[in-house]
Amino acid sequence: MIELFAYLLSGVTVGFIYTLVGLGFTVIYNSSGIINFSQGEFVMAGGMSTVFLLYAGLPLGVAFVLAILITSMIGIVLYKLISLSRDSSPISLIILTLGFAIFLRGLAQVIFDKQLHTMPSFVGDGAFEIFDTTLTYQALLIMVVASAIVVLLYLFFKKTKTGQAMVAASNNVDAAKLMGINIKKILMLNFAISAVIASIGGILLTPITSTNYEVGIMLGLKGFCAAIIGGLGNPFGAVAGGLILGVLESLVAGYVSSEYKDAVAFVVLLAILFFMPGGIFGNLKSQRV
Amino acid sequence: MLKKYNINNQIILLTGILIIIPFFFQNDFYFEIAILSILNALICIGLNLLMGYAGQVSLGHGAFAGLGAYIAVVLSSNYGLTPLLSIFIAVVIMGIFAFIVSKPILKLKGHYLAMATLGIGIIINIVLEVEDEFTGGVDGMSVDSFVVFGYEFSESISWYILCASLLVFTIWAFDNLIKSPFGRLLRSIHDSEKAAKSVGIDVSYFKSIVFVISVVIATVAGSLYAFFSGFISPQEASFTHSIELVVMVVLGGLGRVYGAVFGAVILTVLPQLLNSFEDYETLIFGSIIILVMIFMPKGIVSLFDKVVKKESNHASN
Repeated sequence: MIELFAYLLSGVTVGFIYTLVGLGFTVIYNSSGIINFSQGEFVMAGGMSTVFLLYAGLPLGVAFVLAILITSMIGIVLYKLISLSRDSSPISLIILTLGFAIFLRGLAQVIFDKQLHTMPSFVGDGAFEIFDTTLTYQALLIMVVASAIVVLLYLFFKKTKTGQAMVAASNNVDAAKLMGINIKKILMLNFAISAVIASIGGILLTPITSTNYEVGIMLGLKGFCAAIIGGLGNPFGAVAGGLILGVLESLVAGYVSSEYKDAVAFVVLLAILFFMPGGIFGNLKSQRV
Repeated sequence: MLKKYNINNQIILLTGILIIIPFFFQNDFYFEIAILSILNALICIGLNLLMGYAGQVSLGHGAFAGLGAYIAVVLSSNYGLTPLLSIFIAVVIMGIFAFIVSKPILKLKGHYLAMATLGIGIIINIVLEVEDEFTGGVDGMSVDSFVVFGYEFSESISWYILCASLLVFTIWAFDNLIKSPFGRLLRSIHDSEKAAKSVGIDVSYFKSIVFVISVVIATVAGSLYAFFSGFISPQEASFTHSIELVVMVVLGGLGRVYGAVFGAVILTVLPQLLNSFEDYETLIFGSIIILVMIFMPKGIVSLFDKVVKKESNHASN
């Protein structure tokens, strides 16, 4: 019972990170219909930049802000590249984002290095005792910050003028244009926001799992699984999908086989695609014929 | 008539090039790169049939090639079957696997299809890494030499001849397939699935067949590569390899017979050239993909189209 509770806690912690990556996917997908395969590299960029800014002797807060800014610039660069492309078929754009992911991994190798890096927990190494298991401050921080981002994002899209303009633009580009919304700016903002969410995920995760230039590949793919499990395009789906994925992974690692832990996301992904292509929240505008 | 003649010319040209280039090879390393290029080209031709003609994206073909190769290798190294028989059995198993898997997968479209093939690919890769009593785990395993009817392929030149002949044969078969009613049928599915359905074409059946063909070609090429290099590791089945293959097809030119070949050759040779840049290799590789997708989304073959068009204009003038 104590075991189970510990697995659940660690699952939820990692799940919140998947949620952030999945949310990043959703933001770009909803606004542009593009599946961004460099989302994981945004996560990597956030974590790695922070680590190296700290090495450079900057205080923690400054390093965070700079790392987030750097990653949002990367997001904007990706948007600029996509808008330069002469072909907007899904396959070309998939390859373009894949190329950008490879580019970012290469850049990280050159600017940083190929070693594993970590950083101290931002809130100390302490932990709470709950039902005989420990919940580290860092894990709690991840849960709180990720939840806050979900709520803020919701409020942003629902309550602010810019957020509403973004929703309008994703619902009907032409109508939004007629209402005087600057689509290009809106799309650019979406890419920046998506990168910011991802970079925060990367920063939060680094003290727990450490980071290197390749860490984005699996994180990106699992975040995408989270988005699809919940129903692609549905932000709350990404939240639920991420948490479900994190918990399932942790349970499989604990009770079945730690070696097959990484396969869980993809088995669930296939099950969802084959049997519930709209995701568990049944977004029925599914692509299945 | 004219068109048919033209295609034959291309195959003759290809055969000529394949015969001539070995004379410029200075050592075995050149052969190694050439053979790897040809085997990648083979996989890409099959993948191109699926992506460019049937319009189905697969982000899992590296894994299918890797799994097929592992089956062949395990059968010959662990169970003592002859290499040829092992590859044959691997082809049959992978063909059946592809047919079964294609049923639910090919009902999906666009991103969903891409993700499903990606998911299967990654699961295959993880299984190959974990089941180390069969596969040697992450470290891989060595592969017995390739002996066919008592002849051992030990020289690079014999491997080169085998692979080059296979490439010419596959392209010839591919050309004929595309020109046949089957090819027209595929294009009709690519252009409009609904229209194809409405004239009574069993769309899902034909998509499955193409999927099976592409997986079978990948199995043969993957197995040959394992026997050639004498070693196999789960790296062959990795997500990265699958991505490389897709990039080859798109970079060369989606839906173009020779596009797949160009893409495969360029992306196989390029990393070797970039080797001297060491740490910058990945960075340059990524930049090239981005630039090609921005400025030549129709692929590198589209460059040749312009040249050919100019020439034919000259001719008609």
